[in-house]
Amino acid sequence: MRRPLIVFAWLWVGLPLVYGLEELVRKVIPLFSS
Amino acid sequence: MGFLDRSRTVAPADWNRWLIPPAALSVHLAIGQAYAWSVFKSPLEGALGLSGTQSALPFQLGIVMLGLSAAFGGTLVERNGPRWAMFVSAVCFSSGFLISALGAWTSQFWLVVIGYGFVGGIGLGIGYISPVSTLIKWFPDRPGMATGIAIMGFGGGALIASPWSTQMLKSFGKDHTGIAESFAVHGVVYAVFMSLGVLLIRVPAEGWRPPGWEPAVAVVNKMITTANVSARNAIRTPQFWLLWVILCFNVTAGIGILEKASPMIVDFFSGTATPVAVAAAGGFVALLSLANMAGRIVWSSTSDLVGRKNIYRIYLGVGALMYLVIALAGNVSTALFVVCAMVILSFYGGGFATIPAYLKDLFGTYQVGAIHGRLLTAWSTAGVLGPLIVNAIADGQKAAGKSGPDLYTNSLYIMIALLVVGLVANELVKPVAARFHEAAELEEASR
Repeated sequence: MRRPLIVFAWLWVGLPLVYGLEELVRKVIPLFSS
Repeated sequence: MGFLDRSRTVAPADWNRWLIPPAALSVHLAIGQAYAWSVFKSPLEGALGLSGTQSALPFQLGIVMLGLSAAFGGTLVERNGPRWAMFVSAVCFSSGFLISALGAWTSQFWLVVIGYGFVGGIGLGIGYISPVSTLIKWFPDRPGMATGIAIMGFGGGALIASPWSTQMLKSFGKDHTGIAESFAVHGVVYAVFMSLGVLLIRVPAEGWRPPGWEPAVAVVNKMITTANVSARNAIRTPQFWLLWVILCFNVTAGIGILEKASPMIVDFFSGTATPVAVAAAGGFVALLSLANMAGRIVWSSTSDLVGRKNIYRIYLGVGALMYLVIALAGNVSTALFVVCAMVILSFYGGGFATIPAYLKDLFGTYQVGAIHGRLLTAWSTAGVLGPLIVNAIADGQKAAGKSGPDLYTNSLYIMIALLVVGLVANELVKPVAARFHEAAELEEASR
């Protein structure tokens, strides 16, 4: 029920979160490479 | 109130409950920006000639207003419904940025304090509690998971805002006009982003139940009540104050590490064969943010399976053990130190996310949002207590000529003691006495 709306709503909040996580991973890498 | 009225938000029969978590997340991911305020501190200090203490004022006032508006606005949120609450939150949070933009543009710092701290802070508090009771009503079978998703958003908000705001300041410039433009864009973007929550949020129709779920079958644990307690009565019960102590000390213990994470890891390994560079310490802080966020959803969901009392036994008991390992053998290995700190931070996040479900178990769903709002004063207290303990002890030890792990050992033992007190408080939590319960007709209305 209302599957397109559910997909849209989760993408709305999920995409910014993925961006934030990607940036976080970039910061974590030096901790293990030093 | 028309569109915002609670009666206009009753879900139609075909409404899908999986639309409610993204509605809640759109608010929590936005207001979680508060933890990324530090991005603006240094540019504001340079552009407006402020000290570090002054540039922290908007954030500090914002957190105070979060606690106050959650505590005093909780009953209003219950009465007017989640759409009204999310709308008020979006308006206040976005206006806060726009007022701050005016302040930065005209170099009037007091406008930034009033805008971001006071007006935006009201948005933080109302937004934080806005989806809680609605999520619990939509997910009576998995309340821990549902509130865990939303409150995870508050942890995730800073992950998004920190690189985004940094990039924006780089593009617009770090002078007062660049900061003003950044604030203005934040205000507009967050207004649009949060509007999804305002549009999507629905309360379940009276008598709605998840398919195949029956409360009489689900309730086999005497720690999960079928009665309801009002917010006014809840603060008269020992259970409320025991949970207050538990939340306050669990948060204090987490903040104890968060506050000094970067210098702490550098100091711990300064005299060893594997020193940690300042740049790498930034990675450690990022890992702690991840653990904080993941703990909110993972531990809170786990609490649906093992029970709320048991999960707090883990947060407080295992948390104290992790602190002990850091105190006794933290500088033996970087990996050991990082893992222990991550576990503590995951418990910190888990403690925040599980508390609404614990409240629901003890006080019912009737005014759980308002009770949650009152309990958040424990967070405000911990926000002062945690940094105070760690900073005061580290400064004192430094003045006494100590260095390395010795700067933090005493604070670590204090955190262990606080967690043990929280553990004892958790053991004392019993079902709420029947004299605090609401009459049956109110209970029926709340379902």
